[in-house]
Amino acid sequence: MNTNQTVTVSEKLLFERSTKNRVGVSFPPLDVPEKKPHGSLLRKNLDLPELSEPDVVRHYTRLSHWNFSIDQNFYPLGSCTMKYNPKINEWGARHEAFSLLHPNAPEDSVQGALELMWELQEMLKELSGMDGVTLLPLAGAQGEFTGLKLIRAFHENNKQTRNKILIPDTAHGTNPATCTLAGFEVLKIPTTGEGLLSIEHIQKSLSHDVAALMVTNPNTLGYWEENLKEIADLLHKNGSLVYCDGANFNAFVGLAKMRDCGVDVMHINLHKTFSTPHGGGGPGSGPVAFIKKLEPFQPTPIIKKESEKFSLDWNKSQSIGALSTFYGNFGMLIRAYIYMKTLGIEGLKHMSHMAVLNANYIRARLKKYYDLPFPRKFCLHETIFSDKKQTPYGVTTLDIAKRLLDFGYHPPTIYFPLVVKGALMIEPTESESKQTLDDFCDTMIHIAGEAQKNPQLLKKAPYNTRVRRVDEVRAARNPILTYKLSSTAEE
Amino acid sequence: MEIPEDLLYTEQHEWAHVEEKIVTVGITDFAQSQLGDIVYLDLPKEGTEVSAEDTFGVVESVKAVSDLYAPVSGRVVDVNTSLADSPSLVNDDPYNEGWMIKIQMDSAGNPELKHLLASSAYEELVEGQESSEDGMEKELAGDEDE
Repeated sequence: MNTNQTVTVSEKLLFERSTKNRVGVSFPPLDVPEKKPHGSLLRKNLDLPELSEPDVVRHYTRLSHWNFSIDQNFYPLGSCTMKYNPKINEWGARHEAFSLLHPNAPEDSVQGALELMWELQEMLKELSGMDGVTLLPLAGAQGEFTGLKLIRAFHENNKQTRNKILIPDTAHGTNPATCTLAGFEVLKIPTTGEGLLSIEHIQKSLSHDVAALMVTNPNTLGYWEENLKEIADLLHKNGSLVYCDGANFNAFVGLAKMRDCGVDVMHINLHKTFSTPHGGGGPGSGPVAFIKKLEPFQPTPIIKKESEKFSLDWNKSQSIGALSTFYGNFGMLIRAYIYMKTLGIEGLKHMSHMAVLNANYIRARLKKYYDLPFPRKFCLHETIFSDKKQTPYGVTTLDIAKRLLDFGYHPPTIYFPLVVKGALMIEPTESESKQTLDDFCDTMIHIAGEAQKNPQLLKKAPYNTRVRRVDEVRAARNPILTYKLSSTAEE
Repeated sequence: MEIPEDLLYTEQHEWAHVEEKIVTVGITDFAQSQLGDIVYLDLPKEGTEVSAEDTFGVVESVKAVSDLYAPVSGRVVDVNTSLADSPSLVNDDPYNEGWMIKIQMDSAGNPELKHLLASSAYEELVEGQESSEDGMEKELAGDEDE
């Protein structure tokens, strides 16, 4: 049967579309002596799909239509900072001068690339207030790992065994995971009714075992940790360090320096704050900024500048070592560099101001319709609601999120942070216009009305999507992890 | 919300049934209702030593991952292996078929038992949490795009 491929719900794999002897590329005649590979390197049956160029192009183009991206619509996924990724960043990253570089090229021939990295480090040093920056970590979580390894190396160098890390109960899940991976034990610190860390709670948790406090600022409730400086002083008095998860840096670029809040080491997500693509769009990049005391332990290679000449230094006897091959996700460094250079410091400050203003606008428009847990007058870059006002109608956060799909929005982050029951975490970012925010708020208000008048409608949402409500429980309890090719189904 | 009178409770919503030296442990009806559909349990092996108030396992629902806390110290002498295939037993029958582990204490009169809550005290705790902003205290887990 001839079905219209543009409206199919499922897309066959390339392997299933294969037609014997169909080719997409004609190779030119052989112009070098033929040499057969060693016998053991040859496989008899190499089951590769045989397709024409249009077969392949159409397959991937159809799949791309299934995607949801920031280039299509509003994407208020809290804590993820899904801001627009300016296309000029792509122009730079794809420029031949960068994209054709080989990572093993001699230093003399890549001075421009090293200079860009060095300048990016200098900018991040300035914005964080720190003494040093490494661009090597390939993601936020690897940045956390790097930071904790620096902390461990610092204490070990001082002949101290400190195995505990204090983490607030609002933390991103990566924080305790990183602690465990880095060999530390997690001590959970409760958040106060105001949604903040308290000096008393920290004081009670301090002991000679505490290596560091790992704090996110602003925290995942979207609030600035007002007591951070006093808390950091307590940690320092105890011989401990302070790590900042910089995932929420978007709220205060150019407006506050974490060093001034007593932070000793932090990671910065270029893929959030500095507009490099992430999620399905590309790899992350999580540079780590640190104070002088941690400098001897930084990972290698280190970019050096000596009389206008740049080089890479691999020799650091106390270094925690290499984090990956080569020099981090270089393409992301180019994109972040361009973003920062095009905005300038005033532009970056404006970016943070707008991110905060947009979040507060949504908060103000929706607070009549959705419950605001841990209420405070203002939030920073993101605002958290809960499903408490919808609970009497049997409608949950999940139902609200599913219903949003019907209106073409990517839902907010749900059920996080864990200290909020039924959390809806909305982060609009600075990219959005007032019209977009108003449309979104109108939709949210409309859904709140539906929850009241027709809760059953929400229980079965979404209706307008390619795939309707999925059975998450069944998927988790009976996962099917292998794909059955239709051509080999009978085998 | 069922809270049997013959059991003892932790503040983290585990129940403990004490019979001589053996303590059977599971999570409460309130806990399972807050977690929602449970999809996976990570329980210790027989013979594992556990300490009171320390984690002995992990319970995972579609919404969240939570640690399980041991009500008393001792050695795990039995594990409910049916839960591996049927984690839903914890939702359907938290106090019977949904039991998780049996801990053997060093002595029957273990003083740690005194730190556990009686059903009336646990009921108060649950009522307080139901009306407060934040529900059951959950462990740090899950994450967005990091």
